[in-house]
Amino acid sequence: MSWQGKILRVNLTSGEITPEPLNMEWASDYIGERGLGTKYLWENMDPKADSMGPDNVLIFATGPLTGTSASTSGRYAVITKGPLTGAIACSNSGGKFGAELKYAGFDLLLVEGRSEKPVYLLIEGDEISLASADKIWGKTVWETDEWIKKQHHNPMLKIATIGIAGERGVRYAAVVNDLHRAAGRSGVGTVMGAKNLKAIAVRGTGGVRVKDPQRFMQVTDEMKNLLAKETGGLTKYGTNAMMDTMQEFGGLPTNNFQEVQFEGYDKIDAKAMLKTDDTGHTNLLTNKACFGCTIACGRIAHIRKDHFTIQNRKEYWHASGGLEYETAFAFGPVVGVDDIDACTFAGYLMNEHGMDPISFGVTLAAAMELYEMGVITTEDTDGVELKFGNAEALTVMAEKTGKQEGFGEILGMGSKLMCEKYGHPELSMTVKGQEFAGYDSRALQGMGLGYATGNRGACHLKHDTFEVDMDDQTGEGKAEPCKTSQDWTAAVDSSGLCMFTMGAWGAPEFAAQLDAGCEGDWTAERLMESGERIWNLERMFNLAAGLTRADDTLPERLLKDPAPSGTAKGRVNELDRMLPEYYDLRGWNEAGEPTEDTLGRLGLS
Amino acid sequence: MHRMLHMEPSLCTGCLQCEMACSYEHEGEFNPARSRIRVFEFEHGRTSVPYTCTQCVEAWCMKACPTAAISVNTELGAKLVSPEACVGCKACVSACPFGTIEFNPVSGKVDKCDLCGGDPKCVSACPTDAITYVDAGASGVGRMQASAQQAAQGGAS
Repeated sequence: MSWQGKILRVNLTSGEITPEPLNMEWASDYIGERGLGTKYLWENMDPKADSMGPDNVLIFATGPLTGTSASTSGRYAVITKGPLTGAIACSNSGGKFGAELKYAGFDLLLVEGRSEKPVYLLIEGDEISLASADKIWGKTVWETDEWIKKQHHNPMLKIATIGIAGERGVRYAAVVNDLHRAAGRSGVGTVMGAKNLKAIAVRGTGGVRVKDPQRFMQVTDEMKNLLAKETGGLTKYGTNAMMDTMQEFGGLPTNNFQEVQFEGYDKIDAKAMLKTDDTGHTNLLTNKACFGCTIACGRIAHIRKDHFTIQNRKEYWHASGGLEYETAFAFGPVVGVDDIDACTFAGYLMNEHGMDPISFGVTLAAAMELYEMGVITTEDTDGVELKFGNAEALTVMAEKTGKQEGFGEILGMGSKLMCEKYGHPELSMTVKGQEFAGYDSRALQGMGLGYATGNRGACHLKHDTFEVDMDDQTGEGKAEPCKTSQDWTAAVDSSGLCMFTMGAWGAPEFAAQLDAGCEGDWTAERLMESGERIWNLERMFNLAAGLTRADDTLPERLLKDPAPSGTAKGRVNELDRMLPEYYDLRGWNEAGEPTEDTLGRLGLS
Repeated sequence: MHRMLHMEPSLCTGCLQCEMACSYEHEGEFNPARSRIRVFEFEHGRTSVPYTCTQCVEAWCMKACPTAAISVNTELGAKLVSPEACVGCKACVSACPFGTIEFNPVSGKVDKCDLCGGDPKCVSACPTDAITYVDAGASGVGRMQASAQQAAQGGAS
């Protein structure tokens, strides 16, 4: 019932826009959002297709609970074949865009083909059209948002757009919605740019109904109370509270993963954001919720007006999205920078130009190592000294990459292609071509297994092994929690709700809300089984795209160079020990392929 | 006691649970476009401001209505629209200086806050107490007290 029962197919080559009924059988097997989008992708494209070509398909999918009053109900996912990895890419986002799409009457948008000229898709109630993007091609995310609202005299439009980075082929371009929320990872914005689709603007005035309203209101109220008890830290400090934990543990990747602890961590952590400096400036202004979210972990910050980054640029003297843990990591330790205003400004630039901060930061870190080794010099880098710790190098390169100018064109390739270009592939801190998040897998063994087997490449969000990783720093007993949490996270990512609720809600809590909201007789068991089905379908997509067991690996630095300090001092990641056990638990053969039995059990034969 | 909805923007996170509670109460569905309370955002979300009808004592909407479709609930002070009498002329929409009475293109009538019969659902849905239902004669006291404290601290330093 909480489904609208309708999807929109948009063919950019022909310009045809066709509503279709939602395939309810698929919704029942794949839940929604990530899972359902994966199924639609699988059924609508050849996994071997060029990710940047017209045969790639780009899907925007909501979940069954998106747009309901369940807490954190603003999620949607973008699913496509990713240009960084050549594997399936699935990146989800909050803000208000996803719920708006549902209110406009669509559970999912499927975009195929390639427009000859830049266009944007406008959905205003029943009026749906592709309009010329001539006037906004070359504009930033923020300019585009403003222009479209003015052009249509509708400040209520919710807009998901790419910036200049996505237009010009930065391999890790993001889709940014509502100014500073993003489907940030895996280059989903790059695919949008390759299709000549600048933006999607939506205004929905319809409603979402639930299957059993009385039960739904009761259970979602109970769940909100439970959440409030468990997530106070996220509300107050945001995700950047993690920085202190990782520093202490020795899992904070520093200077392109050469170190695992960072001296300047306390200048950019959550407490630093709350601190008032001697001029009376406090980085953090307030916290902010995505649609429906009663946690509100989002940060709204501002930069000191006398800081070198913006002192002569009044256009940045406003508040905007502030540092979260991953942005603080990617502009901080991994590039050796401890200047909170420079980090915050780099975050602004990522949103403004539409880029993944993690991939950008980790690519810049590799460039800095190349620079310090003497492989590249100021002649390559437009005169900028790319030394670890150089805050100006961070912000100048963020802008150059966003606008694809000078050395920014090289950084826009991503760490893997860039390091190969300079003959040092070993410096690329990636799996399947996608850069690591802010957790070192010598200290966190299960995290390493999750990275290595991640269907979209290195990612910290598709499994959850923190607890076991912090308890024990060997490879023992990590395969099972990695596998189980991958399946579980796949289910959570398919619900329309946010994974930051996972500390308070387990499978029974999700199932209770889903079952009151929509048809499908949802139980904890069905959710887990669906999650496993989703994980395996993603794997099948990757195998069909040409990936193999050899892609389930980590860079040598993490497998051979022992952690230099911290609680894991002397350790490397024990992937060789964990991976066979993991394949076995998954019901995959030695080549990492699901066996016939496994496929049969999951209904994937 | 004459009570009113008191909005405290500094506490609002912009989660829109109030809009969902309002539309569910009045329309039986989650539909922010039909909510009688709206949250507006300024400066990239630096401020989120909930806003709805303040139930004017001498209400412009009521005076403008040619069919006397808007009446007063004397107990609550709420101005209520009678769907039977409303002809959808939108005179009230033009008359309201705050924009808090809106034409509903689906029903062809106007919608406004009715204080949910004295139990406003936006209040119970708000996770941060940014919306409270308080004594209208004392709604400014909290801010007055905070200002007084500031003044006292300013004087002491």
